[in-house]
This record gives sequence, C-alpha cells and structure tokens, in this order.
Amino acid sequence: MTSRRAAYEARQRRRANLLAGASTAVVIGLLVFLIPLAPGWQAVKSSFFNGEIFVRTFPDLAGVFLINIAIFAWSVPLIMALGLAIALARGARAPVLFPLRIFGAVYVDLFRGIPVVLLVYLVGFGIPGLGLPRPWNSPYIWGTVALVLTYSAYVAEVLRSGIESIHASQRNAAICLGLSERDTMRYVVLPQAIRRVVPANMNMLVALQKDVALLSFIGPVEILRQAGIFKSLLANFTPYVVAAVIFLCVTVPATRYADYLMNRDRNART
Amino acid sequence: MQEPRLALSGVTKSFGDVTVLHGINLTVAPGEMVCLIGASGSGKSTLLRCMNGLEPVDNGEVRLDGIDIAEPGFDLGPIRQRIGIVFQSFNLFPHMTAYENVALAPTRVLKQGNAARPRIEGLFERFGLGGHMGKYPDQLSGGQQQRVAVIRALAMRPQTMLFDEITSALDPELVGEVLDVLRSLRDDGMTMVLATHEMGFARELADRICFMDKGVIAEEGKPNEIFSNPKQERTKQFLASVLR
Repeated sequence: MTSRRAAYEARQRRRANLLAGASTAVVIGLLVFLIPLAPGWQAVKSSFFNGEIFVRTFPDLAGVFLINIAIFAWSVPLIMALGLAIALARGARAPVLFPLRIFGAVYVDLFRGIPVVLLVYLVGFGIPGLGLPRPWNSPYIWGTVALVLTYSAYVAEVLRSGIESIHASQRNAAICLGLSERDTMRYVVLPQAIRRVVPANMNMLVALQKDVALLSFIGPVEILRQAGIFKSLLANFTPYVVAAVIFLCVTVPATRYADYLMNRDRNART
Repeated sequence: MQEPRLALSGVTKSFGDVTVLHGINLTVAPGEMVCLIGASGSGKSTLLRCMNGLEPVDNGEVRLDGIDIAEPGFDLGPIRQRIGIVFQSFNLFPHMTAYENVALAPTRVLKQGNAARPRIEGLFERFGLGGHMGKYPDQLSGGQQQRVAVIRALAMRPQTMLFDEITSALDPELVGEVLDVLRSLRDDGMTMVLATHEMGFARELADRICFMDKGVIAEEGKPNEIFSNPKQERTKQFLASVLR
C-alpha cells in the first residue's frame, strides 16, 4: 500500500520525465531538421563526417594516442614532485631560506603567466637550438619540460591552498606534542592537505591530457599531428573529428570522476 | 619548601589592542590540581596556552620546574614533552587511527618506535579504549575522541597536564567518561591545571580554585571556601549565575 505522498511524488516524477523527454525530442528534431538546411552542409558533411575515413583512420589514431598517454604518464610524477617542492619553498619561513621563497613566488608567477603553447614553442625550439647533441635535442624531452614547468606552477598553488586550509589547531596539537615544524608538516599537515586537493589536481590532469597535443607543434607525432598528416593525405578533416572523439573518451570519464571526488569531499565535510 | 612545578609571575598578554591577561601570579605545586573557573572570555584558555608557550607572553615569567620558558627566544621543543595539553576540540589527526595519533610523537620525538607500543596499548586499555586503537577519529564518539587526545598527551610521559575545557564540546551523557579519566590521573598524583565549567567536578577534586575575571585572578582558595563562602562580589555573581 503506497502512501498518499508516495503516490503524489510518483505522479510528479512521471510528469517531469514526460516533459523532459518531449522537450529533448523537439530540440534534437529541430537540429536534425535545421542543420542540413544550411547551404554548406553537404560540403561540411563530406569533409568532417566522412564515415569511411572515420573507420579507416580510427585504429591508427587510437594507436598514436598511446604517445599522448606516454608523454602524460611520465609528466605527471615530475609535475607532482616539482609542484610539491615549489609549494614547500613558498611556505618556507626561515630567514636563511628567503631566496627559496622568492624563487618559488617568481616561478609560479612566471609559468602561470605564460600561455602553455608559447612555452612549448620557446622551450621546444629554443633549447634544442643551443646545438645540444642527441638525444638531448629531442622535442619529447623539451616538450615535456615545457608542460612540467607550466603545470607544476599550477599544482604548487593548488597544494599551497591545501596546506593553508588545514586548521591551525592541527598544527598546534602537533607542536604541543613536541613535534618539530618539519615533522608537523610531513606527518600532520601535508597528508591532510594532499588529500583535500585531490579533486582539484584531477582537474589539472584532465587539462594536462589535452595540452599534451600542443607538443605536436614542435615535432612529436602524437594524435593531433597524425590527424594533420591524414588530413593532408586524404584531403579530408574527418581525422580531426576522430582525434576529438578519442580525447573525449578519456577526458569525459576523468572529468566525471573528478567531479565525483569533489562532491564526495564536499558532502563528507558538511 | 618544595619547588613549585609551575610558577607564573606578572604574566601579561594582549592580542592587538585587547589585553587578555593583566599580570597573573600563580604557583602550582607538584601533584596539585588547580581549576580555573570564570566566564567565557575571562582569560582561562589564554592563561593555559601561556603555560606551555603555545601563546608567547608579553611580559612576566612562566617557570616550569624553575626554568623560565617565557624568555623570548627560548627553545620550547624539549619542554613540550614535560607538559601536555588537551584541547576543547580534541584536535586529533583525522587521517590517522587512534593508535597512530598516540604513537606519532613517541616515534618521532622520543625515537621510541615500536618500543613504545606496549606502553601505549596499556594506556588504551587503562582508559577503556583497548578495542578502538585501529579506528579513525570520525569512527569514535566525542567522549572516546577526547580520551584518545588525553592518551596522546600522556604517551609523552608529561609531569604536568593542562586541560582546556575538555568536556565543553561533548554531549552531556559523554562528559562523565572523560571526567573519570581526570579522576584516574588525579589518583596518580599528576600535576594538573584545568580550565573548566564543571563546577561540581572542580569542587570535588581540585586542591585549589582560581576564579578569573577580565584577565585577572579575582579570587583563589580551597574549593569549599570559594564555592561556599566567596569573598568577592564578582565571584558571588558568577557562581550565582552558573550554580542555579
């Protein structure tokens, strides 16, 4: 026997679902009907949404995407380690370490202030231009360096905000037990701070995954560059759409996971 | 006469323009239990925090076993092992189990590692938390968390303990279990200073009551004198307001 309220709520839910379904159908119907009416639709369709080319280039592009994943995978530990070091340098309070603090502040300002693509160009073309011997002129190395410089600056700021969000009472409790400043940071503050900023750092990593494609400008044949090669070979833009789809397959689940972590975190703290 | 464990003389403390302590003089003998009572904002907590150097004092001396720990620039690190403090808000480390909370300082500061384990487990058993060592703070009740906080302080083998309104954040039915811990420490002969609102408890167990008002110790004496026969008008008013 359902209660009066449950019956009412079930009715309301059915009504809401019906309305949502109808309005979605109308919008999709309009799009499907209206877009082909555009004068250039036939040209766009054949050069961006060519099914045959999509199927033909997909396996190669998916294979090349492994290069993106590899660059991403070796960048992440470097970014996290350097980001942590910069965050700690910015928090150093001892007078002797003042230069370190200044360095941290300048580093963050500098590398957060330059567009990633510009840094990729400057580092990726500039440093090999010094005439370094192989393998030290590899665009893989210097492209990675550019990404690490930019993203470690962001991660440092995220970590620093995490460190500052840990309530002073935690630090006081540790200090009153006789722990040194160093041990207090290492065992009490940092573990909590890092946990707290996991969702923010996840978003960082999603952005990084996409920015790996910027390395295509300085040489590495990753997915964006390979798509460009196919585009030239086949005189068709569909490979770019394929690349976009492959990116989405990775970034959408990752973003959703980050959102999930963020929500769980928020719920846990209220 | 035995040297006092704690001796404060002329202690003043201000936060910005607000003077919180106006020249406090107080001695605590070894094994003595002193309760600080008074309204919120009267300076009880600040006074406790000055006793272990958590708040630096502006002027005056804080002598712990004869050593002036309020001297500017004094290295408080080693002193902190001799004087434990427990806070109103527990301040357990949420990412560590109860056992890890307690073992952290013995491991890192005393470098005892696993050698401290039997002693720490003994403390958990003694205060009725033997089965809770592997739990995280958010899996424990307020009373259990506060007992872990006391154990954490005791694990450093302090000679003096400071308690800053440690039952004020607890649900009424959990106050008793924490007060029992204090009773047990009292029986050990631990030197204790408490800021508390538990008047009945203070009257029952304290050697001495200090009534604080507006940053001074307005009146001090044996519990019976203070509670039954207060001399100062403001002491009478305060007691009348809390002992309804």
